[in-house]
Amino acid sequence: MNKLLFALAFAAALGTVAVPAHIAQAQAKDSLTLGFTLEPPHLDPTAGAAGAIDATVYSNVFQGLTRIDETGAVQPQLAESWDVSDDGLVYTFNLKTGVKFHDGTDFDASDVVFSFDRARAEDSVNAQKQLFAAIETVEAVDPSTVRITLSRPEGALLFNLGWGDAVIVAPESAENNKTNPVGTGPFKFARWVKGDRVELEAVSKDQPLQKVTFRFIPDPSAQVAALKAGDIDAVTNLNAPEAVLAFESDPGFEVAIGSTEGETILAMNNTRAPLNDVRVRRAISHAIDRKAIVDGAMFGFGTPIGTHFAPHHPAYVDLTETYAHDPEKAKALLKEAGAENLKLTLKLPPPTYARRGGEIVAAQLAAVGIEVEIIPVEWAQWLEQVFRGDDFDLTIVSHTEPMDIGIYARDKYYFNYDSPILKAVIARLNNTSDPEARDALLAVAQEIITADAVNAYMFQLAKLGVWRKGLDGMWRNAPVQATDVTGVSWK
Amino acid sequence: MFRHPNFLIGALLTGILCLAALVSLVWTPHAFDTMSIAERMQGPSAAHWLGTDQFGRDIATRLMVGARNSISVGVVAVGIGLAVGAPLGMYAAARGGWVDDLVARGADVVFAFPAIVSAILITAILGPGAVNAIIAIGIFNIPVFARVARGASLQVWGMEYARAGLAIGKTGFGVTRDHVLPNISSVLIVQATIQFAVAILAEAALAYLGLGTQPPAPSWGRMLFDAQTLMTIDPKLAILPGLAIALAVLGLNLLGDGLRDILDPRLRPERLG
Repeated sequence: MNKLLFALAFAAALGTVAVPAHIAQAQAKDSLTLGFTLEPPHLDPTAGAAGAIDATVYSNVFQGLTRIDETGAVQPQLAESWDVSDDGLVYTFNLKTGVKFHDGTDFDASDVVFSFDRARAEDSVNAQKQLFAAIETVEAVDPSTVRITLSRPEGALLFNLGWGDAVIVAPESAENNKTNPVGTGPFKFARWVKGDRVELEAVSKDQPLQKVTFRFIPDPSAQVAALKAGDIDAVTNLNAPEAVLAFESDPGFEVAIGSTEGETILAMNNTRAPLNDVRVRRAISHAIDRKAIVDGAMFGFGTPIGTHFAPHHPAYVDLTETYAHDPEKAKALLKEAGAENLKLTLKLPPPTYARRGGEIVAAQLAAVGIEVEIIPVEWAQWLEQVFRGDDFDLTIVSHTEPMDIGIYARDKYYFNYDSPILKAVIARLNNTSDPEARDALLAVAQEIITADAVNAYMFQLAKLGVWRKGLDGMWRNAPVQATDVTGVSWK
Repeated sequence: MFRHPNFLIGALLTGILCLAALVSLVWTPHAFDTMSIAERMQGPSAAHWLGTDQFGRDIATRLMVGARNSISVGVVAVGIGLAVGAPLGMYAAARGGWVDDLVARGADVVFAFPAIVSAILITAILGPGAVNAIIAIGIFNIPVFARVARGASLQVWGMEYARAGLAIGKTGFGVTRDHVLPNISSVLIVQATIQFAVAILAEAALAYLGLGTQPPAPSWGRMLFDAQTLMTIDPKLAILPGLAIALAVLGLNLLGDGLRDILDPRLRPERLG
C-alpha cells in the first residue's frame, strides 16, 4: 500500500514538473528565451573583444551604418544607401531619419561622427581598431549625411562597419553602455541578472517578439536539460555535440547544423623556447590528428582546416595535407630540433571543444614524446594569463571573428608571431579593393602562416543550433558573432 | 569473526578494491591513457572487458587505476586527519581548561561548514589538482579525529587507572601514551575506516566538480563528470564508475561497522553471555 502511495505521489510530482513547461510553451508566442554558454563581461560591443557581448546586443540593441546578414553579405542598416567615389576614397552615407535612441534622444550624423571618432581615438578601448585604420576623417555634411574620407582604399570598409565594434552609440549614453546599453535597435535593454540572464524588451508593440531573454548556462548537460524541460526555447550553439543526435530524432525540436567563423586552433607561444623553433611547431602540427579530434571532441561536427581561414570562404586554400597526421615525422623533427622529452603546459578554457579536444591533443602529443600538463582555466583567467599575460605554452581556442587572418600581422598578439613578410602582405591586402587580387593575397597569407606553423590548425567550429519547433528566422550560420533575433518569430 | 557478516562483506569489497589498485601498479589490460577514437564507446568485449569510454580508452583499466587514485587519496587524507587531529584531541583532553575549549569549539566551527564546502574552498584557494584535493580532504578530516580522540580520551581520563597513573607521578604525556592511546586506538581505527570511505566520496565529488584529479589521470569522480552529457548515448560510462564508488564506500563502511562490533568490548557477545 505504501509503495502504491509512493508511486502515486511520485507520478504526481512528475506531473507538476511537466505541466508548467507546457503552459510556458503555450504562452511563449511573443517571448523567446535563448541559452548561451558564455556570459558577456559587459554589454558594450565597442569596448571589448568578447564575442558574448556581440552575441547578446548586436543588431538587437545596437545598430551600425551597415549590418552583416545571415549569409555574411553587407546590408544597409542605419545608412539607407551610400555612394563611393571613383577612387574609392570617399564614402557618402545617407542616414535613416526619424530614428531614436532608446533613451529618447534623436539619431543623426553627429552620433556617427562621435562613434567613429571615439572608436579611432588614441585612448580608445575598441578591441578592433584596425577596422577603422584606413579612415582619415568622418564629417557630418548635414544631419542625415555622413562623409567618410579614407587615406587609402579599403576594400572591406562596408563589411568592417557592419561589425559589432563599429555600432553607433550616443554621446549622452556611451559611457554607461557597459551596464546600461542604449542603442537604436528594435530591442531595448531591460535588465541584467549577473550570472544568470540578460533581458531585452521590444521598443514597438508591433514586433513579433516582445521579450527576449539571454540565459547563461555554461554546463553542457544543464543546457540540454533546460532545452528539454522548456526552460529555454533555443540554443544557438549547443555546447554538447553528443546531444545533437538525440535532438535530431526528437519531433519537438529543430536542429540546424551550420558553419561559424570559428577557426579552432592549438595556439602556441611563438616566442617561448622551444616553441620559437619552427621545427618544434611543425612537429606539433604533424602530431595532431584532426579527424580524431573532430570525431572525438565534437562527434564529427566540424571541418578540419590547415590554416587560419574559414573553409566556406572562396579564398580558402586547403592546406590540411601540409601537416598531415604523421607521428614518425613529428618525432624526427623534434629530434632534429633537439627537443626530445619536451614538457609543455596546455591551458584549456571552458568550452567543450577546448576541454575535450585538449584531452585528445594531449594524448596525441604524448604519442610523439611531448609530455603535456593540462591546466583547465576559466575565461577570465584565460584572458588574463593567456591572452594578455603571455603565460602559456599551448592553448586551444576558437577565433570566431570573421576574416581575422589579419591578427597574424599585429605587432603584439597573444601567440607572438612576428613576420615582416606577412605584415607586408596584409598591408597590401588592406590597400586592395579588387576582389580577385584580395583573394590572391589572402591565399598567400594563408600559405605563409601555415609554412611557419604559427599555430596548429585543427578544425572549423560548426554551429549546432537547436530550437523548439515553430521558431522561425533563427540563423543557421554565424558569419558574425551575433544572435540577430530581429527577424525571429513564432509560427 | 564469522558472526559478523558486515565485517566479512566489507572486508571482501575492500579487499577487491585494494587488489585492483595493487594489480594496476604492475599490470593493466591496456594503457590507461591510450586513445583510439575509432573504437570509442564500445560495449564489453574480450579485448575490452568493460568496453571503452568516449575516447576509446579501456574502462576496466581506468577503473583499476582510478581505484589506486582513490586509495592514495584515502590513505593520505586520513593520514593527515589522524596525524594532526588525534594528537590534538588527546592533548586537549589531557590539558583540559581553555586548551580543551579551544580545540573543541574550533572543531565545532569547522564542523559547521559542510565538509565538501570546506574542501571546495580550499581547492579554490590552492587551485584544482589531485594533491590539493588530498590536502583539502585531509584538512577537513582533522576536526573529525580531534573530536573523536578528545571524547574517547576524556572517558579514559575519568577512569581510576588514569588518575592512578598521575598519582604515581606520571606526566600527562606519560598517561596519554601508556593508558589513553592504547584504549582509544580501536575507536580511531574504526573512525579511520569510515573516514576513508568519506575521503573516497569527497575526492569523487571534487573531481566531479572539476577540482580534483585532472585529466588524463583517471579518477572515478572525473569519469562520472565526463559521462554526464554522454549518459543518454552510453549509460555504462556513468554506471560503471558510479558502481565502483558505491561499492568501495559500502565496503569500507561495512568494514568499519564490523570492526567496531569486533573491537568494542561492550559489544562483545562473550561479555553479554
